[in-house]
Amino acid sequence: MIKFVNVSKAYPNGSVALENVNLEIGKGEFVTIVGPSGAGKTTLNKLMLAEEEPTEGSILFENDDINTFNSGQITRLRRRIGTVFQEFRLLPNKTAYENIAFAMEAAGKSDEEIVSDVPHVLQLVDLQDRMFHFPGQLSGGEKQRLAIARAIINQPEVLIADEPTGNLDSRNTAEVIEILKKINDLGTTVVLTTHDPQLIKAVGQRIISMERGRVVGDDSKAQTTI
Amino acid sequence: MFWIRLKRVIKAGWINFRRNSVVSYAAILVTTITLTVVTALFLFQAILNASIANIQSKVDIAVYFTINAPEDQILNLEATLQNLPEVASVNYVSADQQVLAFRDRHNNDYLTLQALDELGDNPFGGLLQITAKDSSQYESIAQVLEGTTDIAKENSQIISRINYSQNKQVIDRLNSLIFNARRVGLILTLVLSLVSIIIMFTTIRLAIYMAREEIGIMKLVGASGAYVRAPFLVQGLLYGAFAWVVTNIIFFPLTYLASVKLSGLIGIDLYAYYVSHFFSVSGLVLVIGLLLGLISSLLSVRRYLNV
Repeated sequence: MIKFVNVSKAYPNGSVALENVNLEIGKGEFVTIVGPSGAGKTTLNKLMLAEEEPTEGSILFENDDINTFNSGQITRLRRRIGTVFQEFRLLPNKTAYENIAFAMEAAGKSDEEIVSDVPHVLQLVDLQDRMFHFPGQLSGGEKQRLAIARAIINQPEVLIADEPTGNLDSRNTAEVIEILKKINDLGTTVVLTTHDPQLIKAVGQRIISMERGRVVGDDSKAQTTI
Repeated sequence: MFWIRLKRVIKAGWINFRRNSVVSYAAILVTTITLTVVTALFLFQAILNASIANIQSKVDIAVYFTINAPEDQILNLEATLQNLPEVASVNYVSADQQVLAFRDRHNNDYLTLQALDELGDNPFGGLLQITAKDSSQYESIAQVLEGTTDIAKENSQIISRINYSQNKQVIDRLNSLIFNARRVGLILTLVLSLVSIIIMFTTIRLAIYMAREEIGIMKLVGASGAYVRAPFLVQGLLYGAFAWVVTNIIFFPLTYLASVKLSGLIGIDLYAYYVSHFFSVSGLVLVIGLLLGLISSLLSVRRYLNV
């Protein structure tokens, strides 16, 4: 589904974020990308979202090189990929309801669909009582659950979660992982990046290890449980 | 789908405008200052034009005729002058009217009136007062009367004197004053407009700079550039519209006060002018406000859409 072919990324200041990365993520997989800070995990996510361009190589989404996409194609690509970030990246001046409704509006969904689906997804992440709260009025765990709800509302084919538990306590971390597993069970490809060893144990499945911008391990047999 | 998107965009713009109240107040305040400057400059131009017209109306060329000049020849000359394209009006004052006006002016000056009575005959001749359409045209009118034209030749016998030469210095100074006043007015308008536009543009840019993270997030959740941009444009239009309302709230009482307190000084009823020119002045100010809000927002958002 997603393929990195000889991808390198260097910044103008000379720092190299990725070096000759080759990897393939299949449909319906739950892939955990692990590595210390500065290993290139976030850059990998940014490249998948066409937020940045590689210096060399190509990134294929269903065999289409996303770096040749125009802005309209990039917008359509992002509607097929849900994203969850460590720092939540919610819209601060919109309520929980409006944050999710915005993602649906952007995807061209009708008012009827929005009215019926938003409360449903908020219930799914246990935020039905926080519907009209602003992000500033939510706890860290609630913010992240809201971010997940927003990421999955348009039923994306891929969900990218970049250090989604970095700002959460252990209880909220377990909840978030549980939600991600459920989403994966429903057929969505999940790409999770983390540097937390506890989380790696909790997730299991395929683990890709990165160090200094290189892929140093790809263990598709890891099947650890909590 | 277009109408649904339009409805959503307007609603989102209005909600952002309300929720970011501090930023909205600041943007409206600065936009109001810009529109106040623009409106004040319009009114300044109106005062300037009225003052210039007032001064111009007080300047004329007076043609004094000999005592025995036949009245029909004077009236003939009056008709000829009225047909000149440079001439705005020609006023004939007969010898009898002249003496009456003289008596009126000196009604407390017994000695002068006695001297006039002793003369017996009317010592005044007739007079033509000529006003030009533009003060720069007095020279050419004077040339028609004093030069070698047919009109000058035909009437040289009955014309006693023409006061253009005496007035020339005043007229020249007036011309240069009008030219300089208009030039200063135009430069002032351009500079102040430019300064306030830059301040307004910077304020709206700052308001959008504060939302740059939001713009990036919207793009990442799959919103198109146009869908992200549009609510900011609505916000920009709202800044312009609200600032226009505030500007009118300022100028209605202000022009009324100016009319009551300064009407003699500025030579124009500013309130009446503002009300009668409401659609042209205030309408233009509204268009300027909306355009400034729109363009500032458009240029500012564009900068952060590259995500």
